Parts: sequence; C-alpha cells; structure tokens
Amino acid sequence: MKAVAVVGGSLAGLSAARALRNQGFDGRVSVISQEVHRPYDRPPLSKSFLAGAATESELALEAEEEDLDLDWRFGRYATALSPSQRSVELSDGTSVISDGIVIATGARPRTLGAASLQGVHVLRTLEDALGLKRELVPGTRLVMVGAGFIGAEVASTARGLGVEVTMISAAATPLIGPLGQQLGGIVSALHAEHGVRLIGGVEVTGLAGSERVTGVSLADGRMIEADVVLVAIGVRPNTEWLATSGLDAASGVLCNAYGATELPNVVAVGDCASWYDPVLAEHHRLEHWTGARERAAIAVSSLLSGGSEKRMGRPPYFWSDQYGLRIQLAGHLRAADSVVVEDGSADDGEFLAVYRRGDQPVAVLALGHGKSFMRWRRQLASQALSDPVSTL
Amino acid sequence: MMAVCPLVDLARGEARRLDVEPPIAVFHTEDGELFAIDDTCTHQDASLADGWLEGCEVECPLHASKFDLRTGAVDAPPAKRPVRTHEVSVRDGVIFVGVSADAPSAPAGVQVSTNAAPVSTDAT
Ligand SMILES: Cc1cc2nc3c(=O)[nH]c(=O)nc-3n(C[C@H](O)[C@H](O)[C@H](O)COP(=O)(O)OP(=O)(O)OC[C@H]3O[C@@H](n4cnc5c(N)ncnc54)[C@H](O)[C@@H]3O)c2cc1C
Ligand code: FES
Repeated sequence: MKAVAVVGGSLAGLSAARALRNQGFDGRVSVISQEVHRPYDRPPLSKSFLAGAATESELALEAEEEDLDLDWRFGRYATALSPSQRSVELSDGTSVISDGIVIATGARPRTLGAASLQGVHVLRTLEDALGLKRELVPGTRLVMVGAGFIGAEVASTARGLGVEVTMISAAATPLIGPLGQQLGGIVSALHAEHGVRLIGGVEVTGLAGSERVTGVSLADGRMIEADVVLVAIGVRPNTEWLATSGLDAASGVLCNAYGATELPNVVAVGDCASWYDPVLAEHHRLEHWTGARERAAIAVSSLLSGGSEKRMGRPPYFWSDQYGLRIQLAGHLRAADSVVVEDGSADDGEFLAVYRRGDQPVAVLALGHGKSFMRWRRQLASQALSDPVSTL
Repeated sequence: MMAVCPLVDLARGEARRLDVEPPIAVFHTEDGELFAIDDTCTHQDASLADGWLEGCEVECPLHASKFDLRTGAVDAPPAKRPVRTHEVSVRDGVIFVGVSADAPSAPAGVQVSTNAAPVSTDAT
C-alpha cells in the first residue's frame, strides 16, 4: 500500500492518520476535510468553550510540534467514492487516487426540517458554538428541543450563564433513552434543581415566528415562548456521498468488528461508522469521542494487514459534564437485565451503578465516584479481553 | 515534606489524591515504585488519580492521554504539556511527598485557586 486517503479530518480522521504513522505506514496520507479549520475538539463546544472558560486555540487536537507529514485538503468535501478507480471525487472537481481509504466523515445534527428561522440552532461545529454562544445572554429564554446529552450539557452551561432554560423531550423523563428510567430520573432531578423547566412526554410539532423564532409548539396544543431554540435531537451519519459506492451506508457505514467494510482496502471509523458489536450481536453507531479515537487504530491495522489483523478494542466509554458533576458510562448498558447501585445512593446525587446480565457485569455508570468507576471499567476491559462474547 | 499515609495503606496498583491546592496524586505501581504528580490532567479537567495505571505510566480517564510518572512527560496525546512531578520518599513506613517548587501544571481553562495554597500558584 503506497497511498491512503482519509476522508474527514476531525477526531476519527486525525486519529486514523496518527495510527497510520504509528503503525509504520510511510506512504502518502491525504486528509480531505470539509471544514476549513485544523482538527478541533467538539466536547468543549457544549461545556467550557460555550461557557467562555476555554478559548478557540485550546480546542486544537494536534500538538504544536506534531508533524505527521500529511497532505491536508481543507475546505473540500468528498462527493463520491469510486472503488473501481480507487478514487475519491472532491467538491472542487479534483480527485484523490489511493490504495486504501479511511472513511471518517462523522455525523451532523438532525434538524426539525422547518424553514430557517433566526434564533434556531444546532450544535456540532465551531461556527455553531460561536453562533449559539452569542445568543446566550442573561435573561434569554432558551428552549431545548430534545433531552439527550448535548441538550443536557447546554442546559447546564446556559444556566451558569444566567439563561432561562426549558427542556422538551418526547420521552416522559429526559435522558431515559441513554440512562434507563431510574437513573434518567436522577439526572432529570439534577436539572430541575438547577432551575431547568422540564417538559416530558410530548412531541414538538413546530416552531413559531416569521423571521425570528418566537416559540415552540407542542402536540398537546401548548406554545412555549422562546428567544433561542436549540434543536438537539440526535445526529445522522454523513454518508450520502457514498450512495454510488456500493457500500451499505444509509444508517452508518456497515463494518465488521474491526472497521473493515464490504469493500477491500476501505475501512470506516468514528460517528459515521456502524461496527458490528459482538456483545450486542448487532451493528450500531457509537457516537462517542473515545470510540472515534481508539477504534481508529483498530481500523487502520485492519486496513494495513488486509483484514488479517484483528485488534481487540476496549469496552465503549462515554462521559458527560453537567452542573460540575461528571457522568461516566462504560460497557454495554443495553445488554443488561439488572442494575444495582453499588456506591453512594440516588439520594446523595452521586452514585455508581453496575449493570449485569445474569451475574456478569456488562456496564457501569457513575455520577462522581471516579475512582471506583475506573476500577469497574478496568474489570470490564479485562473480562472482555479474556472472553469477548460468551462471558457477556 | 508532606505525610501522605502509611505505605501499607496504599496497595500496589493504587493511587491516592491529596486534597491540597492544586491536588497531588500519589501512585504505587505494580512493581512497588512510588510516584507523585499534579493530579489534574494538563489537557482538561480530570483527576489522574482516577486514571489507568500501567507500569510507570498513567492514562487519563477522560481522553486517554498518557503521562510518564517518572518525568511527567506526555507519552500520548491529546495532552500537550507535561505534568509536574514531585519527590516521594518513605520514612518509618510512611509515605512523604516533597512538593516541587516548579509552577503547577493545571490545564488552561481550569483555575488553580490560590486560597490556602501551600504551593506557589502563579502562572497557571
Ligand atoms: C457539542 C458536542 C459535545 C460532545 N460531547 C461529548 C462528550 O462529552 N463525550 C463524548 O464521548 N462525546 C461527545 N461528543 C461526541 C464526539 O465529539 C464525537 O463522537 C466525535 O466528534 C466523532 O468524531 P468523528 O471524527 O467521527 O466525526 P466528526 O467530529 O463529526 O468529524 C467528521 C468530519 O468530517 C467532515 N466531513 C463530513 N462529510 C465530509 C465529506 N463528504 N468530505 C470531507 N469531509 C467531510 C466534517 O465536516 C467533520 O469535520 C460531543 C459532540 C458534540 C457536537
Ligand atoms: S482531560 Fe486528560 S486527556 Fe483530556
């Protein structure tokens, strides 16, 4: 293999480029990046950066002296992949020919589809964060459509900025999707305590306003007044450009457990990729930072070895910061059939819960309790190493 | 010199956080060596005492930056700056930390509070 094209130049793409060099690849590495910025970190966009505590330069993912000898193509996006030509077509009419391809085009926020009213935001890019930040002035009424992690983090940051926050979720309890009923309830209580108004169990039917948004209408007929609206209802993978490639990519690029796609010499990683998960026995997209970073090395070793090398990953890991507390989750929550609070208690507000299938731990979730969380996370990792599937 | 705890109370493979300003993490490696560094990762706000200890390296729980406990050097990104190291000794079965006179290595954006600081905290 003499040349590799990495499509997408954010966390997964940069991590893949690093992995290529770490694993001894010394050929040409072209990185095609739709954004004009050098790779930057997204998690602070809803946390310290939005709060004004971190600056733009602190978001940089590369170290200053880091030189991976990459052929960067900023501000251009891939429009098609042609496997027979081994080429990636770019928006500026040029193409990049290579022997190996890493697909790392990530995801973008789902929208409400409505016409673009001023004051309606999504949050994914640096520009999104700057635009939202400008509007979060004290006394502003922010209405959050969706109550996933990004919405919850923005709610927390916005409260700190003196913004009035209403959070609307289709589920009865915000955050129960990712956390489960009982623990979702605890996190919701945390929001309520900090003055967030929670409206659960109702669908949003539309946005009101002519030029600028004035409110959010609900299925039960209510209209919630708003100065600013953040739509945080999940993401969809950036895979439309692969429509003619022959890859199954409509809901994420379908990959085996090591990042290999159905095409030889083409791997995918990060938020755009749907890897097979042996524990859950299904394909799914892991839309988390650590997955994008750690799995890049696995995908690259698949690519460089022609699929013969099968590196084991660590159990999925995710964190979120809200109201000065850290929520951490490791493992496969959905594989569990029981949950026990092992440290602290729901009433303390800080606790650690272990999720089990039978008597085998499959996931651990903690609010605070960082030290025992790491102990459990390690145990899950060593368990997964010794027997990835049958123990779980 | 600051007393930490009796050596027998810090098992191999374990770490302890000292709640001084800024906090310090003391590690007892599987090989029986003791190290002390500033507890806060130089990347963002995470406690390295909660990290993943492997040989003479600790991996940050948050984004997996790795630091060499002997030198404080960054062995793996995203952290860019080394973490400050401190001297550790054991006297009469008790672990002691000699706090370094160098500037603390807190990350940008994380305030090192200056109240009740036993250590100089200029230049964050
Ligand atoms: C506000 C926010 C907060 C978050 N907080 C957390 C958190 O606390 N914890 C956590 O675990 N995760 C968090 N995440 C998720 C984490 O940031 C993502 O999982 C991670 O960014 C995924 O990296 P990626 O490289 O796969 O995709 P992306 O970061 O989406 O990058 C993909 C890149 O590819 C580019 N691209 C798209 N299409 C093309 C094309 N056709 N050609 C060329 N380039 C293209 C995009 O412009 C983008 O630059 C957060 C995300 C956001 C937005
Ligand atoms: S906070 Fe330690 S690596 Fe990011």
